[in-house]
Amino acid sequence: MGTLSSYRLRLARKRWRFRAFRKRRELRPVADRTNIIGPSDILVFCTLRNERVRLPYFLRYYRDLGVNHFFFVDNDSDDGTREYLAEQTDASVWTTKHSYKRSRFGVDWLNWLQMRHGHGHWTLLVDPDEFFVYPFCDTRSIRALTDWLDASSIKSFGAMLVDMYPKGPIDAHPYREGQDPMEIACWFDSGNYMIKKNKIYGNLWIQGGPRARAFFYDNPERAPAMNKIPLVKWHRDYTYVSSTHMLLPRGLNLVYDEWGGEKASGCLLHAKFLDTFAIKSAEELERRQHYANSHEYRAYNVGLKANPDLWCKWSEKYINWRQLEILGLMSKGNWA
Amino acid sequence: MSVGYIMLCHTALHRAAQVARHWAQRDCPVVIHVDKRVGRHHFDKLKASLADLPNVRFSTRHACEWGTWGIVAATQQAAELMLKSFPEVRHVCLTSGSCLPLRPVEEMVKYLEDRPRTDFIESVTTADVTWTVGGFDAERFTLRFPFSWKKHRHLFDAYVKLQRRVNFRRRIPKGLVPHLGSQWWCLTRQTLSAILEDPDRKTYDNYFKRVWIPDESYFQSMVRLYSTNVESRTLTLTKFDFQGKPHIFYDDHLQLLRRSDCFIARKIWPHADRLYKVFLASDTNVRAVAEPNPGKIDRLFAKAVERRTRGRAGLYMQSRYPNDNWENGRTCAAYSVFEGFSDLFENFETWLNKAAGGRVHGHLFAPDRVQFAGGESVYNGAMSDSAALRDYNPKSFLCNLIWNTRGERQCFQFGPKDGQDIADFMAYDPNAQISVISGAWALPLFHSNLNFSDIRKRAALLQKIEAAHLGILRNPYVKARVRIWTLAEFIENPMEPLQTIIDEISPRAMRRLTEAPKMVDLAGFGQFLQNLKNQGMQPLLMGDFPVGDDPRQNSARHGRPYLVK
Repeated sequence: MGTLSSYRLRLARKRWRFRAFRKRRELRPVADRTNIIGPSDILVFCTLRNERVRLPYFLRYYRDLGVNHFFFVDNDSDDGTREYLAEQTDASVWTTKHSYKRSRFGVDWLNWLQMRHGHGHWTLLVDPDEFFVYPFCDTRSIRALTDWLDASSIKSFGAMLVDMYPKGPIDAHPYREGQDPMEIACWFDSGNYMIKKNKIYGNLWIQGGPRARAFFYDNPERAPAMNKIPLVKWHRDYTYVSSTHMLLPRGLNLVYDEWGGEKASGCLLHAKFLDTFAIKSAEELERRQHYANSHEYRAYNVGLKANPDLWCKWSEKYINWRQLEILGLMSKGNWA
Repeated sequence: MSVGYIMLCHTALHRAAQVARHWAQRDCPVVIHVDKRVGRHHFDKLKASLADLPNVRFSTRHACEWGTWGIVAATQQAAELMLKSFPEVRHVCLTSGSCLPLRPVEEMVKYLEDRPRTDFIESVTTADVTWTVGGFDAERFTLRFPFSWKKHRHLFDAYVKLQRRVNFRRRIPKGLVPHLGSQWWCLTRQTLSAILEDPDRKTYDNYFKRVWIPDESYFQSMVRLYSTNVESRTLTLTKFDFQGKPHIFYDDHLQLLRRSDCFIARKIWPHADRLYKVFLASDTNVRAVAEPNPGKIDRLFAKAVERRTRGRAGLYMQSRYPNDNWENGRTCAAYSVFEGFSDLFENFETWLNKAAGGRVHGHLFAPDRVQFAGGESVYNGAMSDSAALRDYNPKSFLCNLIWNTRGERQCFQFGPKDGQDIADFMAYDPNAQISVISGAWALPLFHSNLNFSDIRKRAALLQKIEAAHLGILRNPYVKARVRIWTLAEFIENPMEPLQTIIDEISPRAMRRLTEAPKMVDLAGFGQFLQNLKNQGMQPLLMGDFPVGDDPRQNSARHGRPYLVK
């Protein structure tokens, strides 16, 4: 990497930070409880819209992992999401009616909140349908992980997206509030992920899983990216570039080993394909607020009408993180 | 007689207090050193929480930065305080604030009482040490290290470089033989006092002040001057990872720690409530004095280090994406590639499956779709048969397939009609067994019902592709097991090469092949090639087929198996 290109990335980083700074005006606080945050608290950041039914389980899941405080940006929900979140004593909530797309799918808003409140904390950036799984997550809290990362001088932790889906039509089992979504969507693809290296930002670009298999089999370039780096020891100079797929400075993207070894990594179980999905994808198509002209959602809509079953006979049924580690989707690295 | 514990603390003071109380209440005096960089407030709190215990003392505080003299100075003063204040102490054990006793104190006392003259300290000469991080073993003792490694890494490195360049060497004090070892020891009063009261201590101290990581060498070297009985091992179970930082123990290590029979473990995660609760519980049923046996823990952590440094061969994933030639195996298991065989033999795949077992696919890299075994549209690991997905990243496709089918030999067909992007990757993969019958692609053309001008064009194209492919396979640096025959060569005597290939695939079978696969009809093939030549295309790769002199294998056409005994 030459001086010129690293200087370019530096400028890009400053630009994204400035953009986030400008976008702060779009956020209106609903419940600001940031004063109760302790110096070593672990923070979750999340943008969402109309996810009321998913929230009770989402909050419980991350509280059980040991997350101390939640930051929510509500994008103009009308199903009671905002009111519900405002009642939570460990959550701070902002709301905005502005364009999701023009805040780069929420990244600008969250970059600003992280800049403002995340400095020096371990921050976890997830969507309401993403459930973070890391090595030993059944016996060790997330603080055990962050303490270990601190001791190992590691600043960012990768967790690949693993799409979970039910067997049979997506709307066959309605999701009840508070239910573990993995009870319904408990299947995943274990070994069809394609990996490339992004030379500029240094991150891996992973595509694959059921979405590539079912919706993008004739157009793989468009298949959504599965690589994510959701857990970062935040510094106010950092910035997410494109969703949580990559960060600047680029050193944070190096969550993989290049010399044959395995670094520790986790997974984000992505419980997107519940019965709520069909309604949601129609709505998102209407709003046209998603990535690449909502190409993804258009493909879903077509694909789902034709063949609503993502399950195949080689689908794996989810058991626990050890299964993911044996299958090679995540790794313990040298954490034992 | 009793054992005295020195504790060096810098974080999680409440845990240190818990452990100190545990020991002190069981009549083992404790001297605590708290890092000077810890705030006054925290220190006072710790002091207050242990104020009711008469046999707990606090030594003068030093700043203990990793790799510097401060840690040794702190240890020396704490040891002096221990020896002076508690005359009944015979063994002094150095521990840290994140140590946890795994066995009842009485057991440790008894163990040491049985060995009243033994000093437990890991102490190895520099020549025999393999675990040092950063490459300093002998140089730690002959260079000077005035700069902090943590805070001024550049200065540290530059100064080391400079000293190396000018060939600077420090003089090691007379009589001292540098030894290295774990920082955590358990020494007898006699040895320890001899070290601390040495008339030349000032000389030694001055020397070690500029040694790199003196806490791993000061006592380890000095003990060799005075001890009559050094047992070169530590009673503290402590494991280091590949970066030289200690592994941490969590609640889920409980059973492992219990069965290890070690006396003290380091380092314990401060929030491991269960470990602290279980091991600090006051159980007094002293068991038979067992020797520490950390074998299981050793294996666990050795495996973790190996995973971090070598990883699982053939796995490409989000946290393992090796650079070229750093894969420790491009794919995870051996596989076989057959080129031209399915053109020459009818139902070759079925035959191969019977003869060699494993999984036999068709042309995995066929242009229209992936021909998985059995015509499956989705395969192991939910791999799609879409050609677009495969061609988007052929390397991932192949590695995924081999990874997903671990434990089952994969065989597939390949040829000039298939996508060629993967050829390079396979040629440099030691797991690939590539067998080629060159020119066999002409047989389907020969049997086809195309216009001859189209056949000629197509033949020219395929020959060009295969020639380039053979060029790759003939590179002297190729790692795959490559065998190449021309078509003419192969049909002379097909059984021998087939036997060799099959033996390599399943070496244990050791069975002679009894049934040959059935060859396609070759009558008139020589004339066909001549026709191509007459049209101006030179067929080279299939070897010599004289016109009119048809190969002898015509017997196969009559349905009689070709028998070899």
